[in-house]
Formats: sequence, C-alpha cells, structure tokens
Amino acid sequence: MPSNSKESWIFVRPVKGRHVEKEAVPLAKKVIHTTINGEAHTHEVEPRMLLIHYIRDIVGLTGSHVGCETSLCGACTVTVNEQAVKSCTMLAVQADGAEITTIEGLAQNGDLHPIQDGFWERHGLQCGFCTPGMIMAAHQLLTRNPNPTEDEIRHGLEGNLCRCTGYQHIVEAVQYAAEKMQG
Amino acid sequence: MATIAAPTRMVGAPIKRREDPRLIQGLSHYVDDIRLVGTLHCAFLRSDYAHAAINSIDTSAAKELPGVVTVITAEDLGEVGDIPCGAEIPDLKVPGHPALAVGRVRFVGEAVAAVVATDAYIARDALDLIEVDYEELPAVTNLDKAVEADSPLIYDDFGDNIGFTMPLEAGDVDAAFAEADHVVSQRFVNQRLIPNAMETRGVLAEYLPGEGTLTVWSSTQVPHILKTQLALIANVPEQKVRVIAPEVGGGFGSKLNVYPEEVVVSHLAIQLRKPVKWTEKRTENFTTTIHGRDQVNYVDVAVNNDGTITGIRAKILADLGASYQLLTPLIPTLTNLMIVGCYKIPNVQIELVGVLTNKMATDAYRGAGRPEATYIIERMVDLAAAQVGMDAKDIRFKNFPQPDEFPLEIPTGIIYDSGNYQESFNKALGIVDYDSLRNQQVQLRQQGRYLGIGISTYAEICGMGPSIAMPAGGWESSTVRVEPTGKITVLTGVSPHGQGQETTFAQMIADEFGVDIDDVAVIHGDTGRQPYGIGTFGSRATAVGGTAMVIAAGQVKEKMAKFAAHLMEANPDDLVFEEGSILVEGSPDQAVDFVAVALEAHVAKNLPPDTTPGLEATHFFEPSNFTYPFGAHIAVVEVDTDTGEIDIQRYVCVDDIGNIINPLLVAGQVHGGIAQGLGQALYEGAVYDESGQLLTGSFMDYAVPKATQMPHFETDHTVTPSPVNPMGVKGVGEAGTIGSTPCMVNAVVDALSPFGVKDIEMPLTPNRVWQAIQDAKG
Repeated sequence: MPSNSKESWIFVRPVKGRHVEKEAVPLAKKVIHTTINGEAHTHEVEPRMLLIHYIRDIVGLTGSHVGCETSLCGACTVTVNEQAVKSCTMLAVQADGAEITTIEGLAQNGDLHPIQDGFWERHGLQCGFCTPGMIMAAHQLLTRNPNPTEDEIRHGLEGNLCRCTGYQHIVEAVQYAAEKMQG
Repeated sequence: MATIAAPTRMVGAPIKRREDPRLIQGLSHYVDDIRLVGTLHCAFLRSDYAHAAINSIDTSAAKELPGVVTVITAEDLGEVGDIPCGAEIPDLKVPGHPALAVGRVRFVGEAVAAVVATDAYIARDALDLIEVDYEELPAVTNLDKAVEADSPLIYDDFGDNIGFTMPLEAGDVDAAFAEADHVVSQRFVNQRLIPNAMETRGVLAEYLPGEGTLTVWSSTQVPHILKTQLALIANVPEQKVRVIAPEVGGGFGSKLNVYPEEVVVSHLAIQLRKPVKWTEKRTENFTTTIHGRDQVNYVDVAVNNDGTITGIRAKILADLGASYQLLTPLIPTLTNLMIVGCYKIPNVQIELVGVLTNKMATDAYRGAGRPEATYIIERMVDLAAAQVGMDAKDIRFKNFPQPDEFPLEIPTGIIYDSGNYQESFNKALGIVDYDSLRNQQVQLRQQGRYLGIGISTYAEICGMGPSIAMPAGGWESSTVRVEPTGKITVLTGVSPHGQGQETTFAQMIADEFGVDIDDVAVIHGDTGRQPYGIGTFGSRATAVGGTAMVIAAGQVKEKMAKFAAHLMEANPDDLVFEEGSILVEGSPDQAVDFVAVALEAHVAKNLPPDTTPGLEATHFFEPSNFTYPFGAHIAVVEVDTDTGEIDIQRYVCVDDIGNIINPLLVAGQVHGGIAQGLGQALYEGAVYDESGQLLTGSFMDYAVPKATQMPHFETDHTVTPSPVNPMGVKGVGEAGTIGSTPCMVNAVVDALSPFGVKDIEMPLTPNRVWQAIQDAKG
C-alpha cells in the first residue's frame, strides 16, 4: 500500500551530458511486507532502495554483504521465495510479500546447517566476506542437485567470487554437506 | 583432511578455525556492519579524467540538497596533512599527495570533493550536483613512452616522469657476458593487477568532543601505523586516537596503507562532531585502492653450454602510478633483491627505474616485488635451457646451491637463512612422475596433441623483517596474560584478516601452558587494547608476531612457575605445564592446579620472595633476518591449438615453509596464493586506455578467477626449519602466488615449443595463445 505521508526529495535528473540540474521530485515511499527468516516485517521504503540495503540497513541483518552492487560477486546472495537471488540487483519493493532467508536464518535452534558445518570442517573460508553468499548459493545448488559432482559444484558456484581460498576447500565443504544432508 | 580428536599437542594439528562460527552464521562485524547512532554518510566525487587542471569547483547546488550536511574540497581541509609514503630511497622524488586534489587531478578516480549526508543514497545524489570545470591535459599511460624526453610531465617541477632510479651491480657482469657461450634475451610484461579483496575498504570515524578522542574503524591491515599517521595528518594527539580493524574481509596488501578516505572521514567526524561512515563502492575499489605489479622487464642471461648461468642483466621499468601510497616505490626494489631466485648466479646488474604515470598508485599486492622477480628468473631459466638444449629440470639442479651452503649470501646482498632446494624439487618431480610425463608428451605430440609441463622453483622473502629493512620497523609485539580464573588472553600487534591467527596462535599458547585451546583468546586489531604493533603483511604474522607471543608466554610461565614452586616447596626450574596442571617433571603426584596458581598470583596473599603480583608479560621481538621459504611448482596443461584454450590437468606444489602450525590453514593459504598467481598468468590484467581511463573497472571486465577456472591443487611440503625464530617457521601467505605464475606460463610455452613459441605475454587468454601459435608459424 503506497503511502504519501512521507516524501523524500532526492531525485536529480541529468540534463545534457555532465550538466546536472536539481529537480526536486517528491517520491512517495512505499510500504512493503516481508517475512525474513520466519519473522514478519513491515516498512516504508524508497522505491529505489536495493533489497540488500533494506535487509542490512532497515531490518538490521548485516550477515549478507555488499561486494560489488553489480550482481557479479554474489556476496549478497539470499533466497527470495526459495530462489537464490543477488539482493544487490533487486529492489526492496520487488520483495513485497516475499519470504526471504538470509545467512542468519540457516542455523536452526542453535544447530548449524550442514553447509555451515561443511565450511567449518573443510576450512571453506578465510576472510569470510564471501561466505554468507557462498553458503546461500550452495544451499540452492544442493536443493536442486543433492548429489553434485565436483564440476557441478564449481559450475553451481560460478556466480560467487572468493579471493581467498582458490575454491578447493569450498568444493570440499559442499561435498561434505551433500554427504551429510543425504544422511 | 579430517579434524582429529583432542590432540595432546595442538601445534601441527589440522584443527578447524575458531574464527569460523561467527563468520558462517553472518554474526561477524566488518566496518559496514557497525552501527553508531546518528551516523552520517560520506561519498567522494572522483575525477573522470586521468590528467586535468581543475579551474573551479562549484558545490553550491549539492549543499542545497535536503539531507546534505556538508560538501568539502581541498581548501576546506585546513591543516590536514598529506598522505604519507614511508619509502626511503636515495634521490627519490616525492610528489605532494593531498587527501583531496589541489588544482590538478592525476588519475581517474582521484578524490576531488567529499559529501556528507544523512543517508548514503542522498550523499550519492549530491555528487551529481557538484560541478567541476576541468581542463584536460595529455595523459601519460605507457611505461616506455613515459620515460622519453618529450613525454608530457605529470609533475612539472620534476623535469621528467622518473621517480627514482636504483642501480644494483655485483660481480663482473661484463666479463660474464663476454665469456658466456650464449646470451639469452627477453622482454617481459608483469602486468598491472587489481587486488580486489572481497570486502572493499570502509571507514567509520567518531569524535567525542568531551574526551577529545577520535575512534576510527577501518578495514586495514595496519591499525597501529594508521593510528600514528592519522594523529599526525588529522592533527589529533596520538594518545587520543584509537584505530580498530574489526573483521577485515581480505587485504592481500591493498589494505597495508593509509588512504585519503581514512583521513578525510576522520577530519569530517572531528569537524561535524558526529560519526561519519564511508563504504567503498566496488568501482572505487577498482580505481582508487592500490594496484599491484606493473613492470616491463628487459632481461639478458649469460649461460654456458653445460647449463651454468653465470650472469643476469635486467632493466626494470616499474609503474608507480600518479602518487605514492605507503610503500609504492619500495615494492619494485624487492624485485632487485630477489632477481637471482634460488640459483647461484654470481654476476648481477640491474637498473631499476620507478616511473610516474597517470594511473592509480601501485603498492604491495600479494608477493609485492617477489612475484615479478620470480617470473623473470623462472622464465629466463626455461629460455636458457631451451637455448642450450637442456631439460628444464636439469638446468635447475645445475644452478641450485647445495644444502650445506646455507646460510647463503646472494649477490644482491641478502642472506638466505636456510634451504634445500633439491629436496622439495625432487619431491615434486616424484609426485608428477616427471620422466613419464615427458615420454607422454612426446607420444601425444605425435598425435597432434600439445601437452605442456611447466616448472617453477622459487625462493622468496617472508617474516618481514629486521627493522633496518622496514620503513616503520619490522618487529612485532605481544602481551600474554593469565587471568585470575586461569583463562589466557593474548594480545598481538599483528592484524589478521582471514589468515586465522585466532586459531594458530591459540594452538601455540595451549601447548605452551598445557591448557585447553578454548581457554585461550587471541585479541587483535584494536590499538586501544594491544601494545603498539606493526601489522599483518609480508608473511610475517607467525614468524615475527608468533615469536613475540611465544617469548612473552615464556616470561609468564617463568613467573607462574615461581608461584607454583612456592606452593609446592619445589624448585621452579623442575616444573612443567601439562594438562591444566603445573607439576614437578617426573613426579605427577607433586602437582598444583593451573587455575589455582593463576588465582594465587592475583590475590597475592602469599607472594614468593622477590616476586610481584600478576601474570602478564609483554615482549617486543626484533627478528635477526628475514625468512626464505622455497619450493617447487609443476603444472601439466594441454593446449588446444585451434582455440588457444588451456586445460590444466594437474597442479602440484611442494613448498618448504619451515615448521607448520596448522596444516589445514597452510593448505588454505597455498591454494589461495596459487589462485592469485594463476589469475595473473591466465586471466587478470588492469587495462588503461591511452587517455588513462580504466577499462577494467568492474568484475565484468576484470577477471577475478571463478570456481570453474581453478584446478584441483595437489600440495605437499618439505620441512627445513628456519633458524631465525625459535619455532622454525617461515611464512606461507605469499608462496603460492610467487611460485605459480611462471609455472603456468612455462607450462603453456613448453606445450607450444614445437611451434617455436618462446614467450606469450600475460594473461594467457585463448586469443593470445592462439595468436602466439600463428605468429610462430609465420
């Protein structure tokens, strides 16, 4: 439900080349309803707000990271209605009504998810910055393909960059998780 | 590698990391995750031009935008000082380096103005309202042309674009080349790389006017150095400055620096008396965080028919960029030092020229000067072998020093602490079954298939280092404290950002005191908590910082033994620390509980003679030398000569990094290092066009390796302990990067040797490989 009660004066429009003129355009914020890690949220957001900024700055879940804002590195990967999404290239308003899971929602009742376990056991992380997105991408991969080959794991994680590990321990982490999830 | 259950000794065990639970659950705090009430957001307007005069800057429209708090340019910085460079090189020309551009911009991305707003989005909006009137000047972007007499000047008063020249000569080079059976010459390009830590830089600064204190959270590898520099530059007394490096998402040298944004954000927080935060965009990271490598090398070697290499001559043009960051001019000087690699080459002549260009500054990127040297020598050794008709394996053995020659002074003036190059190389050759591979190569060639076997044997400099060789000192500090409850707090001056010292240092302390590793906490990255330290870079944390810690722990143990001996009426010299007890060696019934002694030392009711209360010691360790890891990398590739594509079939490395604290973490460091080295060989390269625009300014255009592009690594070790520190460790952070780049290029060139291909410029993209084949065919 859009609200006109609060307006922000933030839009500027470029006019011919580098010349820019300010044009104050009142831009209505929009109310969105989301369920994040099982918890219901209602917020008023700017239509231009990115989903990752909504999750981090409005909801306050900072486990998902911003690595590039161009959907190339995958550090911001979350699931939206069970689909892995790079939340830096989706608007928060597009997630109105969605069920979202972030890295903070993966462990259940204090027990690590097998993928988290795998990353810990197999030293699948070093600086840890790509890890939440990498784990969420691996989660999607194992949901679709519970018993992937090494090649399939590497392809499944192709959209997530890691600068520390050279990926080998990440592959082993996903293999560990796949085995564990199959019992 | 499986985790083993409760080992009696932690050092050497592949235990999983204690950092990880917070990281895998999204519970850690990088700079951008830290929230302070009332935080304002900063954004920087950056130059679109590589070289231009600034005629005027109009910020008035930006200042009027609702939500904008202030907009500043250089003239608003008042007494704020220049960005520091720590390099001391004879006759080095040091340009000024203001935090915001004054009068002229010299690279694309240089900060020109800063906006502070109540919201990060508004701050970005305001950037579009700032008008800068630029007058474009000719850009200097090509290294070879930059040193020509008629090149446009980046700094008018310098007279040329040469920052410094550094000659190095040892032995009789002219005689060596005159007498040699062959002289082999080659030009190499060690292309510019962009480090791309996954966490971009970020700064949050808060000034408390009542206390007069400035607290800065920064994604840095060197919080202590940053603290001192901020005090000097932003004019806050050092005792009132605290720098915190919270969780840091990778650095690879790119955060071993003091950046303009750290200074400007601190200044703004002081002026506005509110917390100010800046989080770097990836585009900014590409354009304004330091770059690495970028050298052109003209190299000759003198080699005799028996494969003996008698001399090396090199002219090195090193691209410094447009201004100096903390260590910019020093990095290529490491190339000078390491140019002979792991070989006995008595005659050396180098002319190093540091060149200014209209690009981002280069500085330390994983390996920092040594990958360039290793690339030069390892490629030249292969070319020399081809020239004299020797196998790449044999020429290496021919020129290695013998194990009994260490410590070995090499002609460039440094002393290799230890080495057994034959052992690691033999092990690697054995793993790949080298002779069979060569046979297989011959057979496949008959079928029109091109297998390549690449070798790189390397030595490198780690454990940086003696203070004499380091601008800000090369020592490290640690405080070890046994708390009243028997828990142990370790403070370290190193500042890990992914390396895992919260685990490895705790392993060492657990062994020292005979306690459970979970009773040990390793605290780092906060100048308000630790004694002054230097930081994490140059593969130094364990060799230097770990040694400081172990010595401090020894001092605490000595004191604790006095308390225990006093309680038991024993001799302190007879006591050992085992499994939570302090006991008389060989008499397990004469024991006292570790926790009880810890409490006793703090309540201090029954002090031993000449003993003060408390259990804490601080040690500052000054190493006597660098450490010199070495090893052998072997790659097996098949090249598709129709497409130029490279299939990596095997990648084997045998590194000798001395004693190993945690093999699981060592494997991680080696893998990651190789990935960055292979990145240079195969995929990565920063490209500036002639006007100085960075064409590779996003992950779409700059190829950080993906999971599908990396092979499976087979790692192994030999162990030659370093004599430089009591643990016999050397350092492992950079070895993989240093060894792997020439290994891969040697493999591809080897595969294409039937075509007469002698060299291919990196990165070895399919197009370049295919073109090299066509060119060789003529």
